[in-house]
Amino acid sequence: MANNILDERQCSISGVDQKGRGVACEKESVSGAVSQRACVYCGARVVLNPITDAYHIVHGPIGCASYTWDIRGSLTSGSETYRNSYSTDLRETDIVFGGAGKLTKAIDELAEKASPKLIFVYATCIVGVIGDDIEAVCRSAEERHGIRVVPVKAPGFSGTKTQGYKLACDAIMQLMLPHSGQPKQFGVNILGDYNLAGEMWIIKGYLEAIGIPVISTIAGDSSYGKLIRAPGAALNLVQCAGSSEYLAERMDGELGIPYIKVSFFGVEDTVASILRVADALGDPVLSANARDFAAKRTAEAMPFIEKYRPKLEGKRAAIFVGGGYKAISLIRQFNELGMKTVVVGTQTGKKDEYETIGALADKDTVILDDANPAELEQFMLEKHADILVGGVKERPLAYKLGIPFCDHNHERKHPLAGFEGIENFISEINLSINSPVWGYVRGCEEIG
Amino acid sequence: MLDLTTKDVLERKALRVNPCKTCQPAGAMFAALGVHSCMPHSHGSQGCCSYHRTVLSRHFKEPAIASSSSFTEGASVFGGRSNLNTAVKNIFDMYAPDVIAVHTTCLSETIGDDLTSYITDLDLPEGKHVVHCNTPSYVGSHINGFSNMMMGFMNYLTRKSGALNGKTAIFPGWVNPGDIRELKRIAALMGVPATFFPDQSGVLDAPMTGTYAYYPEGGTTLDEIRGLGDSSGLIALGEIIGLAPAEMMKKKWKVPYALLPLPVGVAYTDNYLIALRNAATGEDNIRPPVPPELEAERGRLVDLMLDSGQYTYQKKAAIFGDPDVVIGLTSLCLEIGMIPRYVITGTPKEDFTRKIEALFAKYGMEGCTAKANADLFDLHQWIKNEPVDLLIGSSYGKQIARAEDIPFVRAGFPVLDRYGGPLLPIVGYGGGMHLIEKITGALMDRYDRDCADEDFEVVM
Repeated sequence: MANNILDERQCSISGVDQKGRGVACEKESVSGAVSQRACVYCGARVVLNPITDAYHIVHGPIGCASYTWDIRGSLTSGSETYRNSYSTDLRETDIVFGGAGKLTKAIDELAEKASPKLIFVYATCIVGVIGDDIEAVCRSAEERHGIRVVPVKAPGFSGTKTQGYKLACDAIMQLMLPHSGQPKQFGVNILGDYNLAGEMWIIKGYLEAIGIPVISTIAGDSSYGKLIRAPGAALNLVQCAGSSEYLAERMDGELGIPYIKVSFFGVEDTVASILRVADALGDPVLSANARDFAAKRTAEAMPFIEKYRPKLEGKRAAIFVGGGYKAISLIRQFNELGMKTVVVGTQTGKKDEYETIGALADKDTVILDDANPAELEQFMLEKHADILVGGVKERPLAYKLGIPFCDHNHERKHPLAGFEGIENFISEINLSINSPVWGYVRGCEEIG
Repeated sequence: MLDLTTKDVLERKALRVNPCKTCQPAGAMFAALGVHSCMPHSHGSQGCCSYHRTVLSRHFKEPAIASSSSFTEGASVFGGRSNLNTAVKNIFDMYAPDVIAVHTTCLSETIGDDLTSYITDLDLPEGKHVVHCNTPSYVGSHINGFSNMMMGFMNYLTRKSGALNGKTAIFPGWVNPGDIRELKRIAALMGVPATFFPDQSGVLDAPMTGTYAYYPEGGTTLDEIRGLGDSSGLIALGEIIGLAPAEMMKKKWKVPYALLPLPVGVAYTDNYLIALRNAATGEDNIRPPVPPELEAERGRLVDLMLDSGQYTYQKKAAIFGDPDVVIGLTSLCLEIGMIPRYVITGTPKEDFTRKIEALFAKYGMEGCTAKANADLFDLHQWIKNEPVDLLIGSSYGKQIARAEDIPFVRAGFPVLDRYGGPLLPIVGYGGGMHLIEKITGALMDRYDRDCADEDFEVVM
């Protein structure tokens, strides 16, 4: 294959011996490269979307609302409101004369008929250009209806998806700050878990089994009422650092809640996280509980891992996920299975994360930021990957190349976190790698 | 969601809830994927491109390649010229298509990027092309975007040489690859040499070979698009989506057209055959007969309709989706004696309402509702007030189907939660059989589920 790497992209790819140092990241995408990334609005929406009783009004033409209607498998134990799509569906006259009037009316129609407690208003690209003052619209709607109406100014062009995460975190802070004075209680918040396939419930279950109450979760299975209790917690656990470390830092600085980063993918990180949470709370009884719990569950998980290890040992994995922290967990998880990670990419990984990846990976592992399909293809073939772990747009690419695939993003249907997740992850990888269909892909040459 | 929709129909003027459409650029990208060796290019922010690719990938279960100008703050202030220049260079360097098909977005439209001049100023590699169309997201719907992209290609490439090329142009409209294969098969059986434009068959249903090609073998070629002006005639399928491109063929290159409904069901497939027969009529004015193979297919479809008619007759249906597909489905439902109680599209096009109402009148249907520029919240509220026996439409209907416990047949775009649909036709007599198999299957499964033990029978 010819060299498919753009000059501008060379600095975002680390090869032999560089060990992840100097992978240029946190940059804007190159025009004309087929980036797998989305935009600022997308980043903001995915973080806030799982707030189950919120009304998410997308202010703009219909597309941005259509594509984000019921997008993530974020499960709810309460309201289903967030699974609807609300939009101002701006038309040409609104673009010419301004859309603020239509937005006001849309909020009023909703407020009068559905009695919401919380509305998010997202400004998309066009609103950023025509200059609707959505902050003023939201402010006056809050006064008129006595509810929270929070503007999220997320024009797609105003940065990368990471900027959208930040805007979402700011919106959450806006909701929490008026409730900062509440008395502290013993317990933790879980940040950056979106309860995909019910994963947050699994983690919450572990913490409660050890004796650690969970005060609030952001944003998986949360609600306005639960969110505003978050300032009372003693400690924040940050699961998806890419989206939520910024929120954790703000909560640390402004609400006095310290945080630790956790990850519940794979045995090693799950056990380490459980112990660290317990230790961080400074109660020896909890630490002892945590050690017992981790030992018991690890022992239960091992026979399953050992059963599948022979089928997977020595296989080569490629990883392409959203954030760096998840990539790190996946490398460890593949190591546990005796698999070797040969390609690691993320959409929005950070500098320190790439350094950790570099330290964990083999010296000939390819590490790349914001990879496009051409690069993924080149390196997966060059490194003879046996499986790709990625998201929706990577699945058909992998299959076309004859490479098995595991969805570790919005479309996962089984929880992949915690001890339950280990079994699901191994099962999915095994299913894809050892599917009988691979025996037929070479076409009629097999017929002879 | 399930508990939110109230029975009292809410009058809304500003708020759109649960849309039944998306924006123009999605349609432009889909149309461009029906051209061979073409890179669809979204001139706007990164997210637009990513969202369109995602929805196409989820529907077709295939890679949907497209690039973006990746607008930043700077581009939104100073214009997207340099983004486009960089993009075009990078795309030709790295992905080597024959043509880049640029569509605009709400952002680049509003800041007033002049694509015509940007593209004229480009220094293109030998034999390579860049075409464009304007697709403001705040006008029409994805359906307009599809037509606009077709016209963009024709605008840049189509010529009239003065000599006819002996081919009939066929615009299949927004259908699945399985439909295009069926439309082609029928045209071939009728002895009509045809150019299909656009043509996603072979692209969005590319076979598994163990290799990945950015540009699989399918798609209308650039030569074929150039030659459209020399076509002896045009059959445009889909009266809404096909009108503007058909008019363009007539005005610019004097190609006469027949504009037909999407050939779903008996009557509309008959219309397609009639148009093909007209196209195959030589100067001697002798109309070729319909080949026995198609005659027999039609007979099998009518036979199936009669056999299963007792299970569909007088059953009420709600049908939603894109205008032309919905018009076709409504016609088929009427042919098998169903009552299309509610028929909606999200696309703002009053012509749709008139055509559906004409169908109601043709079959003597009273008390049925047709509405363009509607959304699924409207539909759900109506169904709560007067239930139906069957729901037909895209995957977004599954929420209504579950809430109201209605049998549900998936058809149209997008179908995100089932496999194999894009490979199978709904057009032609064969497509009619496929649809009736699905419709009767859904209704009869429901009967089997709900009936009393004594009514539960092996023979139905």
